[in-house]
Amino acid sequence: MSVWPVARGVAWRVIHNVVRTPGLLLPTLLFPLFFFVAFAGGLNQVQQVPGFEFDEGYTAFQFCFVLLQSAAFGGVFTGFGVARDFEGGFADRLLLASPNRTGILLGYFLAAAVRWGMVATLLPVIAVAAGMQVGGGPVDIVGLYTLALFVNIAGFAWAAGIAMRFRTVQAGPLMQMPVFLLLFFAPVYVPLELLTGWIEAVASVNPVTYLLEAARSLIAGEPTGVALAFALAFALVAVLILWALLGLRRAEAGA
Amino acid sequence: MFATQVGAVAQRSLRRTLRQPANVIPPLVFPVALMAVNAAGLQASTLLPGFPTDSFLAFALAVPFIQGALFSTLNAGTDLARDIQTGFLNRLSLTPLRGSALLAGHLTGVVVLGVAQAVFYISVGLIAGAGFAAGPAGIPVLLAFAALVSLGFGALGSYFALRSGSGETVQGLFPVFFVFLFISSMNAPRDLMAVDWFRTLATLNPVSYLLECVRSLIITGWDPRALTLGLGVAVAIAAVALALASRELPRRMTRT
Repeated sequence: MSVWPVARGVAWRVIHNVVRTPGLLLPTLLFPLFFFVAFAGGLNQVQQVPGFEFDEGYTAFQFCFVLLQSAAFGGVFTGFGVARDFEGGFADRLLLASPNRTGILLGYFLAAAVRWGMVATLLPVIAVAAGMQVGGGPVDIVGLYTLALFVNIAGFAWAAGIAMRFRTVQAGPLMQMPVFLLLFFAPVYVPLELLTGWIEAVASVNPVTYLLEAARSLIAGEPTGVALAFALAFALVAVLILWALLGLRRAEAGA
Repeated sequence: MFATQVGAVAQRSLRRTLRQPANVIPPLVFPVALMAVNAAGLQASTLLPGFPTDSFLAFALAVPFIQGALFSTLNAGTDLARDIQTGFLNRLSLTPLRGSALLAGHLTGVVVLGVAQAVFYISVGLIAGAGFAAGPAGIPVLLAFAALVSLGFGALGSYFALRSGSGETVQGLFPVFFVFLFISSMNAPRDLMAVDWFRTLATLNPVSYLLECVRSLIITGWDPRALTLGLGVAVAIAAVALALASRELPRRMTRT
């Protein structure tokens, strides 16, 4: 039995709900924009720190972080929806009615990508209007967005795995806190070379650091460490999809 | 009689908060975690010419005080909204309890928690190696300021709860308060901000003056301008919020 009819139905329902519910749509759109404004505007002077070298400027430097952050949280917020569907009993009916249950997960994945796509479209418009300089060409930008899409998939897979194991929205902090910590234990404000102390040690072993640095090199048009970043992103996605699929099996057993 | 009523409501407010770990732990842990991450990540910005200290931890220590107070706003408002939603306030209105005693008692609980949070933040800061430029005499001033800020924000949360009667509405204010916190001098001194429009917004934002008041005691010493501005803003917020909450209270305490 094909997964597509189920995936299409689930994705349509989630996107429909998000678009028609301001309480779901607005935080998705506004939070990344707000972080972008707060970081790029309030910390712009950080680029004057001796040793800070990023020719495209601080707005582009922060754009990459906010793009990855919005991708990760676009996935996590969709995971909240999965938990809500289980809590309300809708997911149980969905499991009963679906001829191919992997399609349910795929549908949520598609919805997470579309949900993030709205932010990913709006964010560069705001950034360019705010004076962001882009050194990279079309290929670099496609690379940047593909990397961010991997982060979106990984973010959703993590949250979905949690949602399907706990089947309650109360597991929300467990979905978002590890993602939040991984993101903020990376070189968010300054390049890795300018970090000192414990944060430097943590950031050096944090995979998000390498995704972020590759993203920044792509927007600057000087790709560095891109192969490593994609390898890490691919590995992260593979492991977390397995985590989500096992969560689905657990949910099936509990339904 | 009035004091007894205030005491009873304050005791209930405190006990209810302390029984819910979700109301106690996040206001203590999240601001400190955010401070730790920002202090480590932004330590390099202390190398900027004119930065007022060589420790970003000392600079960032002011943030948990205000962020903790914002959490108090939400907790205070959510608790009061729950009392409205469950009908507890309606039942209270049938007792001799005066509305002003209810509000005073509720806010006393919020202020006690706000001061306890402030003691925690000061302890964390001192343990982490941040100095206290105003010396030991500055600590009671900081605690009094924390009490005043908690009173103001707590009254604001109570106003929104009384006005809406919905815990969800109060929780929905979280992003708004977060915007006020982030569009302020939270991460940089205003005179070093390179983006004009951001500096203008931060200057118009009252939260900047609350932060700078706390920060002055930690990194400058006794700065009359920062203290006066901070205290003035805190008193103004408390006065306006209390007036608004007091105006809404009779509507919710009407005997039906």
